Amino acid sequence: MKIIVCIKQVPDTKGGVKFNPDGTLDRGAMLAIMNPDDKAGLEAALRLKDQYGAEVTVLTMGLPKATDVLREAMAMGADKGVLVTDRVLGGADTWATSTTIAGAIRNLEYDLIITGRQAIDGDTAQVGPQIAEHLGIPVISYAQEIAVDGDKVTVKRQYDDRYHMVEAKMPCLITALSELNDPRYMTPGGIFDACEAEITTWGRADLKDVEDGNLGLNGSPTKIAKASDKVRKGAGEKVVPESPEDAVAYIVGKLDEKHVI
Amino acid sequence: MKMSPEEIAQYKGVYVFAQQVDNEVSGIAFELLGKAKELAAPLNTDVTAVLIGYNVGNLVDKLAEYGADKVIVVDDKELEVYRTEPYAHALSSVINEYKPEIVLVGATAIGRDLGPTVSARVQTGLTADCTVLEIGDFPLVAVPGKEQLHNQLLMTRPAFGGNTIATIACPDNRPQMATVRPGVMQKIEPVAGAKAEVINYNPGFTPNNRYVTVKEVVKAVSDVKDIMDAKILVSGGRGVGSPENFKILEELADAIGGQVSCSRAVVDSGWKPKDLQVGQTGKTVRPNVYFAIGISGAIQHVAGMEESDIIVAINKDEDAPIFDVADYGVVGDLNKIVPQLTAAIKAAKAAKASN
Repeated sequence: MKIIVCIKQVPDTKGGVKFNPDGTLDRGAMLAIMNPDDKAGLEAALRLKDQYGAEVTVLTMGLPKATDVLREAMAMGADKGVLVTDRVLGGADTWATSTTIAGAIRNLEYDLIITGRQAIDGDTAQVGPQIAEHLGIPVISYAQEIAVDGDKVTVKRQYDDRYHMVEAKMPCLITALSELNDPRYMTPGGIFDACEAEITTWGRADLKDVEDGNLGLNGSPTKIAKASDKVRKGAGEKVVPESPEDAVAYIVGKLDEKHVI
Repeated sequence: MKMSPEEIAQYKGVYVFAQQVDNEVSGIAFELLGKAKELAAPLNTDVTAVLIGYNVGNLVDKLAEYGADKVIVVDDKELEVYRTEPYAHALSSVINEYKPEIVLVGATAIGRDLGPTVSARVQTGLTADCTVLEIGDFPLVAVPGKEQLHNQLLMTRPAFGGNTIATIACPDNRPQMATVRPGVMQKIEPVAGAKAEVINYNPGFTPNNRYVTVKEVVKAVSDVKDIMDAKILVSGGRGVGSPENFKILEELADAIGGQVSCSRAVVDSGWKPKDLQVGQTGKTVRPNVYFAIGISGAIQHVAGMEESDIIVAINKDEDAPIFDVADYGVVGDLNKIVPQLTAAIKAAKAAKASN
């Protein structure tokens, strides 16, 4: 079985966020980690590898420094790493990103593609289903469990108030929830090997069946009109009462004033 | 993939994907219809609900009451239970046939799968999890040498875990598509007896490799009311200390006529189930009163509750960020304050009842 796991290097949103003058993200200026949902997807792939035997390829699109997350994935147990990077791919929205990744995946053999449900920077959850659409394969989003039987995959698919057990014929694409599992750690041997491992690097010319007009900032149908730090509602009052009785009197007074009680 | 101005001009009307599950319209559909009505006014157009399912014709009147001028019904046995492929085929066929300028989809576990698939299929942009939708100009301010387009859908959304906010347009493609999280938009007061024009449309459903099989549907057993419907929420964080200690919050909720909710830390610790979680990865709530008790106020939590009318925070840490959004912040020990508050509210209510 051949599995492709799409991973993304994301800024750790606990740190600060920086923008370029054109409103796009200045990814170079932020601390970078492997996106948590993607890491769960990678772990799911590695478990399938442990269980059934599989070749796991991790693929990412990003700046050259995104090789860091490919090496991390290989240190965890992935077999191959592919970096898709090119200046003309920058500033892509989800449409242009999914077009690019689909163009790269067309060069590879696969039974299963796993992506994270969503990345913590954009939080869109769009790229996985859109890759499946471009490739013409079924998508099962929000996977809580994944099992393989022959050429079929069964997925526990989460919804708001229920789950479905869904069966699909491979090849198909699954988007993973971070609740799926606890990703394993890198092994010392794995880290050593991953540092030495060769990473395949592809640029625009290596993308298969993709038009220029669908790539990068120019090929993105959505355009940023304005981006800014969020303006939050200002703080109201803050009191440090001398006793719990005073605190209660204060709260009850306010609730009464607002006709809540 | 840009469309020509002539092509764009063919696209008219504001459409809403009227999500239904088990033959019941999801609340988000009514919320989207409310917003669609607002957007349709400056565009001088009408609101169309797209109802997709099996034997769902009985839901049409309800959509009319909540603001749909037209309802396009796609009814087929293949659409009985949600599956990406037949639903994506249904919605994208409607888009290609009727050419709406705007399509709104709920950012639910269904909509966040259906939306991206459809947007890729009809080759347009999709903006996820919008919190503000309005009609305006793009660019926002005229730029010399660049045409300023009018009557564009401007979609505002948080990103980076709520650290930033971006306004996005889709100037060169139609439809302009957005998903909206439940609880963000307001539904209108239903108009009893309102009727919509009904259009039945079936593009044909032929199973192919993309049709998956649903082997089993398992509904979560829960008699808990949805926290998104609550007028008053008494929300607890890690500061509550233990699952047992949530009892004092439950007593306060009972006294004031509210419900208990919680922060992510509480769910991660296994103290409360996920459907009570408020925040970026939980639910967005906007009750009349939100009590944040022992909640520090991480940005991901605040993103899910800051639209509440009144926010009361009780926390022993004077520097907790929750005080930056609270209307009324009280620095103190929740274990002492909350039980006394419950007693005081009971007393106040009893006094009012006897007047």
